[in-house]
Amino acid sequence: MFNNRGIAFKLVIFFTLSSAAIFAVIFSYNYLVSRRMIQKGIEENSANLITTTTSRIEVLLTSTQKVPQNTAYLLENMNYDESELFKVLYAIVEKNPEIYGAAVAFEPYAFDKNKKYYAPYFYKVNGGISFKYLDKFYDYFTWDWYQIPRELETPQWTEPYFGEGGGIMMSSYAVPFYKNVDGQRKFAGIVIVDISLEYLRDIVSSIKILKSGYGFLISRNGTFVTHPIKEYIMNETIFSVAEQRNDASLRENGRRMINGQSGFSAQAVKSAVTGKSCIMTYVPIKSNGWSLGVLFPHDELMSDITNLNHVVLVLGVTGLMLLALAVVFIARSITKPLTIMADIAGRIGTGDLEALVPRVRTHDEVGRLALALDCMKRSLKDYIQEITDTTASRQRMESELKIARNIQMGILPKIFPPFPDRTDFDIYAQTVPAREVGGDFYDFFLIDRSHLCFVIGDASGKGIPAAIFMAFTKTLIKAKAAVDLDTGVLMEGVNDELSRGNPADMFITVFCAILNTETGELRYTNGGHNPPVVMRRTGEVSYLDCSGDLVVGIMEGSPYSSRRLALNPGDRLFLYTDGVTEAMNASDEIFSNDRLLRVLSLCAERSVSQIVSCVGDAVNEFCQETPQYDDITMLALQYSGGD
Amino acid sequence: MRYVRSLFLFLIIFSAIACDVRAETGLKTISFIPQWGPQAQFSGYYVAYDKGIYKKHGLDVRITQGGAYRPSSEILEKGEADIASIWLSTAIQKRSRKVKLVNIGQIVQRSSLMLIAKKSRGIKTPEDLNGKKIGLWGADFRIQPEAFFKRHNLKVTVIPQSYSVNLFLRDGVDAASGMWYNEYHTILNSGINADELTSFFYSDYGLNFPEDGLYVMEDGLKRDPEAMCAFAKASMEGWKYAFDHPEEALDIILRYMVTANVPANRIHQKWMLERMKDIIYPSGEDSRVPGTLRKEDYDRVSKELKEQGLIRDIPDINTFVFRCAGNVQ
Repeated sequence: MFNNRGIAFKLVIFFTLSSAAIFAVIFSYNYLVSRRMIQKGIEENSANLITTTTSRIEVLLTSTQKVPQNTAYLLENMNYDESELFKVLYAIVEKNPEIYGAAVAFEPYAFDKNKKYYAPYFYKVNGGISFKYLDKFYDYFTWDWYQIPRELETPQWTEPYFGEGGGIMMSSYAVPFYKNVDGQRKFAGIVIVDISLEYLRDIVSSIKILKSGYGFLISRNGTFVTHPIKEYIMNETIFSVAEQRNDASLRENGRRMINGQSGFSAQAVKSAVTGKSCIMTYVPIKSNGWSLGVLFPHDELMSDITNLNHVVLVLGVTGLMLLALAVVFIARSITKPLTIMADIAGRIGTGDLEALVPRVRTHDEVGRLALALDCMKRSLKDYIQEITDTTASRQRMESELKIARNIQMGILPKIFPPFPDRTDFDIYAQTVPAREVGGDFYDFFLIDRSHLCFVIGDASGKGIPAAIFMAFTKTLIKAKAAVDLDTGVLMEGVNDELSRGNPADMFITVFCAILNTETGELRYTNGGHNPPVVMRRTGEVSYLDCSGDLVVGIMEGSPYSSRRLALNPGDRLFLYTDGVTEAMNASDEIFSNDRLLRVLSLCAERSVSQIVSCVGDAVNEFCQETPQYDDITMLALQYSGGD
Repeated sequence: MRYVRSLFLFLIIFSAIACDVRAETGLKTISFIPQWGPQAQFSGYYVAYDKGIYKKHGLDVRITQGGAYRPSSEILEKGEADIASIWLSTAIQKRSRKVKLVNIGQIVQRSSLMLIAKKSRGIKTPEDLNGKKIGLWGADFRIQPEAFFKRHNLKVTVIPQSYSVNLFLRDGVDAASGMWYNEYHTILNSGINADELTSFFYSDYGLNFPEDGLYVMEDGLKRDPEAMCAFAKASMEGWKYAFDHPEEALDIILRYMVTANVPANRIHQKWMLERMKDIIYPSGEDSRVPGTLRKEDYDRVSKELKEQGLIRDIPDINTFVFRCAGNVQ
């Protein structure tokens, strides 16, 4: 999928993604570190706040504790009567503003042998101090404030309770005191003071953390003593809230709190007020085993860093978008000319060389590519122009050559048998030009009824000049041939004519013979040509004895000798050019004179045309597919004799 | 001015209609007293009242509040209430003392009284209680513990227990009394986990004393047995509705608690309601007919009371129980 996308797309994706990844890493690190810093700051601040708060509570509690402790000490170590007891209790209530009421509750019959219940109680009411006995209707022996210190034999703070009349929440500090009876320390009763928790509530409710954070106080049972939600106070415990919320971690925190531990909530605690997720920290109030909890709303703690992060996030995202835009722009500036150039290259590929290569001003890779493309286009154009021209001239030449060949073939007699009415001889010839126009030629014609002139020749060179030279020679020979003319004289004449107008120093080998069809006498002259083969009727096959005169056309005035040979009826002559004997095969071997003799001796008995095709086949067989560089021309003559 | 006049007019007409309805419906007025103030222990009655189930049964019920100083059995005896919710053990003792109260329905089938101890204090079996300090409530709450101690041959120090469990929480006693539906949950919600506690249900030790039952005086029953039985029947219907619609029942009971100025803790009442279901419809006991007293339960409680010398003679169950027609389900 990706491979099919453009460079611009890939660049945008790559740069944007990698930048986003880098940004995310930096952002996360920044977030974590700043979060930790803020948390640490909060921890320190909260530690201060909590220490201050708890110490204020402790001061209140410990100062209260001293009063009944001292009283208990007095009761244990001094003798007293009721009025002294009253004085002490009254003074306690009067002198201590935080103390709401004070009582001394005795064990049955411990103060007065006649009284099961004896517990004088002084308490504040409407700005004054009132008094009453706690009696049998109140039955104080089973109340927590009496029973718990009695059983545990230590001073105890009671669970909070609503005082008489319901309105004021109070807690009492109860101190057991003992009497020595018969040398035994025996429990005698309880000294108790009540304090209002309103002041304590004010202390705790003054805790304001950020916008919605708050503090709360729970008793040893987990009961809420103070809480911003009024309904929680005395009604709910931290455990009932945990049960309601089905929050096991809150219950665990609560257990740690009532066990006098201090710490932080491992998991977030939901604010009962706002429902926000909070960090809860708690410390014990050592005097009475209660615990102060403080909730820090997580989002408010983190609001500064959250704001910062929002800004960073917006900046980051904006930056990424700008980066993406920039990448798009750059990629476009690269890919746009590339796209155009790809189009143009395609058009050039299909032959449209008029396509305009865009002008790229930059000197970067793209600019160089454009220049190169333009250069390539121009070179191609020139080259193609050149090729077009060359092809045109070559085509013209080829057509000229074709015409020349037609002309050449036209001047060579091609109708066989050429003299159908003659039975005294038979003649057959064939030429296979190596190229379109060869320099070989043959010719035969009757000078008169009883004289047949036949010629074979091979002009030097190839192509048109050779053809023209050959045609010229052929025409000269035909023009000069006459009955009485000796072939040597004929050749001398031809040689002189050719030599005179031969600036190109061309030459031609010619074998020329005139056969007297009546006598079988053959007169011949060989101008540097391959010796023909004589095949006697007797079966003798041999090269004609005709040691070479000079090739024709090269030197004016050269002498040419004329020879004679008597042919008997049934004798045959085979004339050829060097294309036959010097035909080459793939192993660079030549056909050779010997091979020609062997071939001819095998097919000597055949007709003239068969002899020619016999030799032709032998040459083809010898050469196989190897192309031949020379014309192959053969002429066979059979003399059948006169009447 | 016009508004005031029309409002006045409306009030006159409305009160006239209201009086008419009251007069013509012919609802029988009945007063009922549970042992305590409103709480989920009595949700069946409050739900029946609130959902008009009593009205449907032709009753105009008034629910009053019991309390420590207003024992429901005494209020019934004094004729200040027509019907009272009373413990079976209390009722049998009354009956044997010739107080002519009659059981017209046994709501709670399984005793929820229990002893609760901390495992951390080394208490895991009844025998571990030997020599320990144990908090006990007074009067009829002591019958089962005494029998339990006797059966397990335990010598214990009894500490009178108040209405709080603080003495237990602070380890002033080794074991405390509790109702499964109430104090047990209070202890859990004071931060002690259930697996840290050892619970002794008296009902598990052959001391199943069915608790809350509905009682009337013989005279009242004779006067209008239909109304009394209608109350018992409607109450069972109220319980069923409460158990089928616990959240609605909690809403109702909490409303009455707030009205009565009683501290109301929803999750605690929820626990209480769920446990009431467990003890009113105990699972795995097919032979029980909900809302009725079984003879074997009666015999067990009577026998124990006699053994402890709390009653001289066991009252005849047939005079003690009045089987309302159609109460058998």
